[in-house]
Amino acid sequence: MTATQNWDISALQGSAARKRREGVVKWVAFSAAAVSILISVLIVYSLVFEAITFMGQVDWSTTINDLGWFPRRNLFDFPTIIVATLWVTAIAMIVAGPLGLAAAIYLAEYARPGVRRWLKPILEILAGIPSVVLGYFALRFIAPQIVANVFPSAAPANILAAGIGVGLLTIPLVASISEDALAAVPRSLREASSGLGARRMTTTVRVVLPAALSGLTAAFIVAISRAIGETMVVFIAGGAADAAIRTFNPLDPGLTMTAAMASVASGTDNVAGQGPTFQSLFFVGLLLFIMTLSLNLLADRFVRRFRQEY
Amino acid sequence: MAAPTLRSSTSEDSTRILERLRKRVDVGGGAFQVMLLLSLFITLLVLIVLLGQVLIDGWEVLTTRLGDFLTSGLGSQPEISGIAQGLRGTFYLCLIVAIVAFPLGIGAAIYMEEYAPKNRLTNVIDINIRNLAGVPSVVYGILGLTIFVKGWGIGTITGGSTPLAAGLTLAALVLPVVIITTAEALRSVPQPLKEAGYGVGATKWEVIKDHQLPYAAPGIFTGTLLSIARAAGEAAPLILVGTVTGFITQIPPWYDVTQVRETYTAMPIIITRWVGQPQEGFKVDGAAAAIVILILFVVLLNSVAIVLRNRFESKREA
Repeated sequence: MTATQNWDISALQGSAARKRREGVVKWVAFSAAAVSILISVLIVYSLVFEAITFMGQVDWSTTINDLGWFPRRNLFDFPTIIVATLWVTAIAMIVAGPLGLAAAIYLAEYARPGVRRWLKPILEILAGIPSVVLGYFALRFIAPQIVANVFPSAAPANILAAGIGVGLLTIPLVASISEDALAAVPRSLREASSGLGARRMTTTVRVVLPAALSGLTAAFIVAISRAIGETMVVFIAGGAADAAIRTFNPLDPGLTMTAAMASVASGTDNVAGQGPTFQSLFFVGLLLFIMTLSLNLLADRFVRRFRQEY
Repeated sequence: MAAPTLRSSTSEDSTRILERLRKRVDVGGGAFQVMLLLSLFITLLVLIVLLGQVLIDGWEVLTTRLGDFLTSGLGSQPEISGIAQGLRGTFYLCLIVAIVAFPLGIGAAIYMEEYAPKNRLTNVIDINIRNLAGVPSVVYGILGLTIFVKGWGIGTITGGSTPLAAGLTLAALVLPVVIITTAEALRSVPQPLKEAGYGVGATKWEVIKDHQLPYAAPGIFTGTLLSIARAAGEAAPLILVGTVTGFITQIPPWYDVTQVRETYTAMPIIITRWVGQPQEGFKVDGAAAAIVILILFVVLLNSVAIVLRNRFESKREA
């Protein structure tokens, strides 16, 4: 005789307090995750309104002005800061692309575990160096010791030196994402290639790199996005304190979009300032946000592709 | 009788082929490897030159008046100026970042890894977190300026341009990184460990709390340390939220918590400010000495994180 009538399913489900705690924890965790959405919403909110104010107040004829970027005199020549941004990004990628990729190939394909254990932390320490330090280094070493020797006509502080500084900053980023992409290539592909008699270099260049192409593309896009968004190196080493004369020459001093924002915020009539000078901060910020967001979304697509393939 | 001769000739051939293969020099492959090593060497060299340059520039200040440099306040003369307020400001910022971003990041990661249903909302949160990680730091500065410094209601709580407002801004900046690294650490917890917990009747939260979090703790800790190091070195958002770039006269004691609602400055801001000064004593000596201190702090945090991770990784592999 089993006393079925004495059994109640709730007796097996644990105490009510325990179940309630489960529910509470789930909601607390969800709220924490929702904060990230809130941050995004607030970022867009803080950018959009003042940016619209800027678009309403600014005299659009000054946004393509031959003089340059002089926010305090209400001259907002966008080509000046956009071209400087493109230069810095291009120079940074010329530095970080090959160096980062080479580091990734060596770490993923050649290095023995013992060597790896040494090399990896070096890249990580480089990744941890604050950007103000790279700015100082670009101004104190790269500009006078390297750029000035190769291009004697260069200004004491110039876009090229700042771009190299940004590039050094992005090497670890390129290296780490590329290495992940290379590591995601299945071993069987390498073995098949070796089995056909290919040398190690042939396997790496003709099999592994093409197989990792989408991941490597993602690494480059993320690095471009990072270089566009880098502020302090250019602010310190770019050579243009808070205004820039229009120039498309990377050997001249210049302001990138990010450095222009930092300049407006740190200038004499600082963050409390009014008028389009202050609002330009938000408009440039919005442009920057849209640029980096599109690049990041693009990179995400490439990352997904290489995750799906294998 | 033909077979043995054939066999012997083949093995003779193969030894000869092997011999030739062994002697063959892979010029292209060798050059390729040398090129890779050279690139790594350049990167390493940059790091050495960078550290050497700041050490040489900052040497005089660091050796002749280190104590004075660490305990004096900002001033108009480089010989008597110090970084006391910057150290305190950066310390407060790191503290606020840890207090805010650590629980929020772990909570969000737990939700994303353990509770989130597979639906559109989860997908949106996931994409959102990864994109937040790629938003430039200056843009976070704008967020801080609009919401934490001048925001309706929030501005009065933070008191405007204060360590509290800046700390919250930096916490928002590192939050996605904390979430991503914590989620990765949680994902690395072996399935059997969780199943063992469920098997003895533990609830989901009990399994998370007693099994997953302790196992993932080193990974989470590493990620948090790296985030704090990043927050300590970040200058761009601070410029926007109005960290004082000029002079602050007082040097209040460290334990005075009310200072989180006063004007302040931070290490990266002092460095930026000094680099722009005309006097060599600020521009070179002072800035480099401050950089050495900042790098020491950041590299210390990073190395602890790296050592921690390596130790646990090798322990688990064994």
